[in-house]
Amino acid sequence: MTIIILLIFISLVIAVIFLGIFIWSIKSGQYDDTYTPSVRMLFEDEQKESPKKK
Amino acid sequence: MTTVETSEDLLCFHCRQACEDEALWFEEKTFCCEGCKTVFEILNANNLCEYYSLDKSPGVQVNTTSEENFTFLDEPSIRKKVVKFDSFDFTKVVFYVPTIHCVSCIWLLENLRKLEEAVLKSEVNFTRKTVSIDFNPRQVKLSRLAALLTSLGYVPQINLDTEETKPKVDRSLVVRLAIAGFAFGNVMLFSFPEYLGLDHVDNELARLFSLLNLALSLPVFFYSGWGYIQSAFKSFAQKQINIDVPIAAGLIALFARSHYDIITATGPGYLDSFTGLVFFLLIGRWFQGKTYESLSFERDFKSYFPLAVSRFQNGVWKPVVIYELKKSDRIRIRNMEIIPADALLEDSAAYIDYSFVTGESRPVKVKAGDLVYAGGRLIGQPVTLTVESSTSQSHLTSLWNNEAFRKREECQYQKIIDRAARRFTWVVMIFALATGLYWYIIKPTEMWLVVTAVLMVACPCALALAAPFTYGSMLRAFGRNQLYLKNADVIERMAEVDAVVFDKTGTVTYSKHPDVQFIGYLSVLEQAWIKNLTSASTHPLSTIIAKSIHQSSNIAIQSFRELPGQGIQGQMDGHTIKIGSPDFTGMEVVVNPSASLVYVSIDDEPRGYFAVSLSIRKDMKPMLNRLGHLCEAVLSGDNEKDMNKMKLLFGCNVNILFNQSPQDKLEFICNIQRNGKKVMMVGDGLNDAGALKQADVGIAVTDDTGVFTPACDGILQGDKLKTLDELLSLAKSSTKILKTGFVISFLYNAIALSVAATGHLTPLVAAILMPISSVSVVGFSSMAVRLATSRKLKSV
Repeated sequence: MTIIILLIFISLVIAVIFLGIFIWSIKSGQYDDTYTPSVRMLFEDEQKESPKKK
Repeated sequence: MTTVETSEDLLCFHCRQACEDEALWFEEKTFCCEGCKTVFEILNANNLCEYYSLDKSPGVQVNTTSEENFTFLDEPSIRKKVVKFDSFDFTKVVFYVPTIHCVSCIWLLENLRKLEEAVLKSEVNFTRKTVSIDFNPRQVKLSRLAALLTSLGYVPQINLDTEETKPKVDRSLVVRLAIAGFAFGNVMLFSFPEYLGLDHVDNELARLFSLLNLALSLPVFFYSGWGYIQSAFKSFAQKQINIDVPIAAGLIALFARSHYDIITATGPGYLDSFTGLVFFLLIGRWFQGKTYESLSFERDFKSYFPLAVSRFQNGVWKPVVIYELKKSDRIRIRNMEIIPADALLEDSAAYIDYSFVTGESRPVKVKAGDLVYAGGRLIGQPVTLTVESSTSQSHLTSLWNNEAFRKREECQYQKIIDRAARRFTWVVMIFALATGLYWYIIKPTEMWLVVTAVLMVACPCALALAAPFTYGSMLRAFGRNQLYLKNADVIERMAEVDAVVFDKTGTVTYSKHPDVQFIGYLSVLEQAWIKNLTSASTHPLSTIIAKSIHQSSNIAIQSFRELPGQGIQGQMDGHTIKIGSPDFTGMEVVVNPSASLVYVSIDDEPRGYFAVSLSIRKDMKPMLNRLGHLCEAVLSGDNEKDMNKMKLLFGCNVNILFNQSPQDKLEFICNIQRNGKKVMMVGDGLNDAGALKQADVGIAVTDDTGVFTPACDGILQGDKLKTLDELLSLAKSSTKILKTGFVISFLYNAIALSVAATGHLTPLVAAILMPISSVSVVGFSSMAVRLATSRKLKSV
């Protein structure tokens, strides 16, 4: 039965770590602007673009 | 090469708006104005035309008339306030650019370094509409950077006041929500053995689960739910009862009772209900705060004032911050600039547009030595002025510092939810006392258990959720119909409105597109001549007439003369054309009180006159008919020339008042309010700002969101004014929906209370009842709002 207690503690510790990471991501401002990054990633890179046009 | 051609339905390649007067051609593309064409040329030359392929309407129409000058940004004192970080070869600046609106905007602004080598990096924050630029200050000046943005149509708004009080993002609510959600999930998991009755099998394990729950509930009570308890004590201190009081009572009862149960090992506690409750409550609060973060409602007149002006000092013109202006300073104002302080005119004549201050749309002519008031906008040639009083003492500032212009505090307004909470709290307290007394007589040992159970289930979670979800979905519904409200309280006040007051200029009438009619006869060729002639003049009426004629010719004007106060004159193809006053053109005076008249004669032969009058918005009449007796008055800062037009539109029962100063409008609203009516003011300009604030609901009408709105409760898109009556009735039905939601949640509470009072409330019953009541109330209000919007807003 003690193995259950151990597993419960491990699961709780992992959950707390994820909660900590989530709170850190909020505090570092990752959710302040949810729109721009979604658009930015779709822009073409300039390196590919310039040789084509010249 | 560019050629000029007549067109009406051509779309501008840059801004995708119809080319109203004439289209310019460049590389087989059409442009509505020089500004748009210039932007295209810049982008084309730098291989940045991808801009146009990313979004349907990327471009912003560039206003060529406003030549904003940013040289003041290079003054060290101003520069220090604007930049975020400054060093020898690295500077970071964040500009607020209200015109950011699409994917292309982001793309172009983040590719700024292709246009300006000194830019190291630029990053857009779309939600806040800001662009943050890192650049090398040795290679480019700050003013040049601002000018570059302006030339692309992204005019940065620089306001030294807002720079000082930067809006701080509040992230703590999400953290509270995250912790409550985390605890809720885990507590549920650890309570599962309890639900399934496993405690008989392994007592030790059950004990461990209970203690873990206890630990998890601590941050929920002392961090996530602490706001409710604080707010409840605050309202006690003010001898008021708001919705947070019964919530806090419930939370404390749940928390204390569970701890008591677990520590004394008499039961498993109600911590699953407790954490769930806090989680649901916080979701409601988060949902409420999620609307319209990017719209600004609290702009005051200062954001329309220029920041700096060029002053003559020690023999040179130098930019200076307007707060440093002193009496008898000499300043220079250019076309379309706003006069920052009361001043005397030095030049012989100037036209000043006071529409910000008075609402009067026609510019006023000022002669040398006359006093020009702050807030006026110069139209035409640059002028030199002598400052009469510093900005803080001038006309406009004294008007806005008036006590009456301050809106009363929101908290003084009694919300429906708080009225309901007050009744609710009394009922619960009496009920708890009665059951306590009953159990004290029957079985004193059980008394505290039953009383805490009553307080626990009485917690009006569903009641507290009904309001944010009903109003939250309502705010979104209004937003889809282009009425952007400041917060949920406005809907409540809108539902009670029984008098609507309109402003005339810019609200009932368009200020941008006046009606121009020619009475008389002109051939096509003659019309073209007149267009050429009027285009040459800077007089506001000339510009309006030039815009209204679509014919044009390439014939040069000879011996052009502009006689101030009389008219303009020129020779074309050997014919002498005179446009202006009746005396000047040698014509008889025509009486037409509803329009400004401009007379035309060709070769001294009278040909007729242009009647320039304001045009009324489309579909106003049916809307006013449906509004019926709710429509109380029309207030106008203008003179009475439009009296007949307004009478025809509004009918005889409506008060139509002209020559109203901002103070008059404010007092008029006060008077109606004293008669016990709830007033909605619909206006647009700065001259309505006082009335908008005084009214129970102040709605600003704008044709261009993000450009000009005084402080108000809501912003309505100009072409949606015709749906005002429907929007009002939607607000009324939202109050009904809210009240029904209250009834439903109260029914749940009644059932739970009867269970608790008889002493049968087990943790499992509580854990089932709480979420069911919350979910059903939230579901009901969202559905009902959806139904109401689709029924009420038929015409949209």
